[in-house]
Amino acid sequence: MSNILTIAMPKGRIFEEAVGLLRKAGYRLPPEFDDSRKLIIEVAEEGLRFILAKPMDVATYVEHGVADVGIAGKDVLLEEERDVYELLDLKISYCYLAVAGLPDTNMNDVAPRVATKYPNVAEAYFREQGEQVEIIKLNGSIELAPLIGLSDRIVDIVSTGRTLKENGLVEYERMVDVTSRLIVNPVSYRIKDTRIDELVTRLHEVVS
Amino acid sequence: MSRLFMFEKPLGMRDTLPELYEKKLRVRSVMAETMKLWGYQFIETPTLEYYETVGAASAIVDQQLFKLLDKEGHTLVLRPDMTAPIARVAASKLLDEDLPVRLAYSANVFRAQQREGGRPAEFEQIGIECLNEDTVSCDGEVIALLISSLKKAGLRQFQVSIGHVGFAQELFMQILGTNGRATALRKFLYEKNYVGYREHVNSLQLSSIDKQRLLMLLQLRGGEEVIGNALDLIENGKGKQALLELRELWDVIKDYGVEEQVKFDFSIVSHMSYYSGVLFEAYAGNVGFPIGNGGRYSLIEKFGKKATATGFAVRLDMLLEALGELDVKNSTHCIFFSQERRKEAFQLAKEMHRQGKSALLQDITGVKNLDAFTKKFAGTTYLIGGHTDE
Repeated sequence: MSNILTIAMPKGRIFEEAVGLLRKAGYRLPPEFDDSRKLIIEVAEEGLRFILAKPMDVATYVEHGVADVGIAGKDVLLEEERDVYELLDLKISYCYLAVAGLPDTNMNDVAPRVATKYPNVAEAYFREQGEQVEIIKLNGSIELAPLIGLSDRIVDIVSTGRTLKENGLVEYERMVDVTSRLIVNPVSYRIKDTRIDELVTRLHEVVS
Repeated sequence: MSRLFMFEKPLGMRDTLPELYEKKLRVRSVMAETMKLWGYQFIETPTLEYYETVGAASAIVDQQLFKLLDKEGHTLVLRPDMTAPIARVAASKLLDEDLPVRLAYSANVFRAQQREGGRPAEFEQIGIECLNEDTVSCDGEVIALLISSLKKAGLRQFQVSIGHVGFAQELFMQILGTNGRATALRKFLYEKNYVGYREHVNSLQLSSIDKQRLLMLLQLRGGEEVIGNALDLIENGKGKQALLELRELWDVIKDYGVEEQVKFDFSIVSHMSYYSGVLFEAYAGNVGFPIGNGGRYSLIEKFGKKATATGFAVRLDMLLEALGELDVKNSTHCIFFSQERRKEAFQLAKEMHRQGKSALLQDITGVKNLDAFTKKFAGTTYLIGGHTDE
């Protein structure tokens, strides 16, 4: 059994913050780490291997055990419902999920349509509100949907609210707060317990 | 519905080709041999069961059940595990004398995929059930047999983590008072959401000492010392009894001499209330999912008999993955013959078979690419025309 810990990191927005946090926790990561285009980066001195995945896929790699731990947004965990341990709130990449749409509009009575990157979250949310909606799955630029009449509402991540504003949309409901979480594969959690406990302790100390 | 291609099979269904078949056979026989040596008797149960009985009693969620209808309109399920069928047959037949019964099985079970591929929807489980025997010795026996059979199968590095459903439940009841609140908190454990668990605990109207006790539960994993730490968290009652049981179990496991593979983990909880006492999971380092699990359960009561049982099931596919490369070379010898020497070839094959050697007969005119074909065998003999060529 290798003692190398494989960490799935989300590419893009969260990546830099996550790397910053690991450095703050005392992990010596090489400087070229930040602008490498490699998908797998070994840091032999620390016994770590990083894989760089799409944020939405991080939990998948961890659930299947090809990565021991991962850093994933709560939005991803809610949407994907993967069988992984959610051990620590890293309190980075703060944002929230919200329902938005064009101002002063109502949802269509017969077939309210909601466009989103998070079909499971959106459906569960509206069901809890006692509303049956039709979900249209999109992969990005969700704000476009109400503007050109694809949907009445969108469910999307909001961090500053600027994108909504610039596109003339307003927030109707704030659904749930989102931060990045440290997630762990259930087998790794038991087999590599010492290393993972150490990672959790070190990160816990530097999480504000 | 799109038209199917001829090579397609239903989602999650897999073929077992000869090499894999050999590996499975070898691992299965070693495991089964160990179980038999320990006095467990193998049984078979039907592939199809009623949804209302075995389907509903099973621990597998509804969405994962393969369902079909019989002629009368009853819903049937392809068995999703072996524990529920064995509980059925035990309650209705085998427990009449009110004695302990030790059973073993190796069978394919069926669980529909909920999400994407990458997991089989039909896979083989090999396991045991020790029924109508509720001593800690029996729990220990089952765990020791799990460890012994995995070792016999050739698995070097693995770990069995043991928990107890009684402990967390009792701790929750002592601090939170009602079943409803305890269930709400246990749901976070079951979902493995420790962040949510901590947030929930901190939001409760409790003394800081009680909050601390609840939070400490998440830290309770490791060796024997964990039982002592757990004792500090609990006042008395059932929870304490669970810990005393685990302490005794630890002694049993030590007497079996398999403690090296065992750790405790109080955060292991089962969904709903399937298990009623000790529960455990087995992990191998290189496989992302548990290779086996088990525990004490009272499922037999659902089939009308008051009894508990302890058992385990190992997933053969996961175990094979954990074992990695197994050396299963084709040991078959190939005898090529031509018409003139056919009888001689047959006699040679017969003699080899008598010695227990695997020998295959092949008419030389039936093979187009001789080089490619001979590569598949451990050795060859040519009985062609006038002379012999080894």
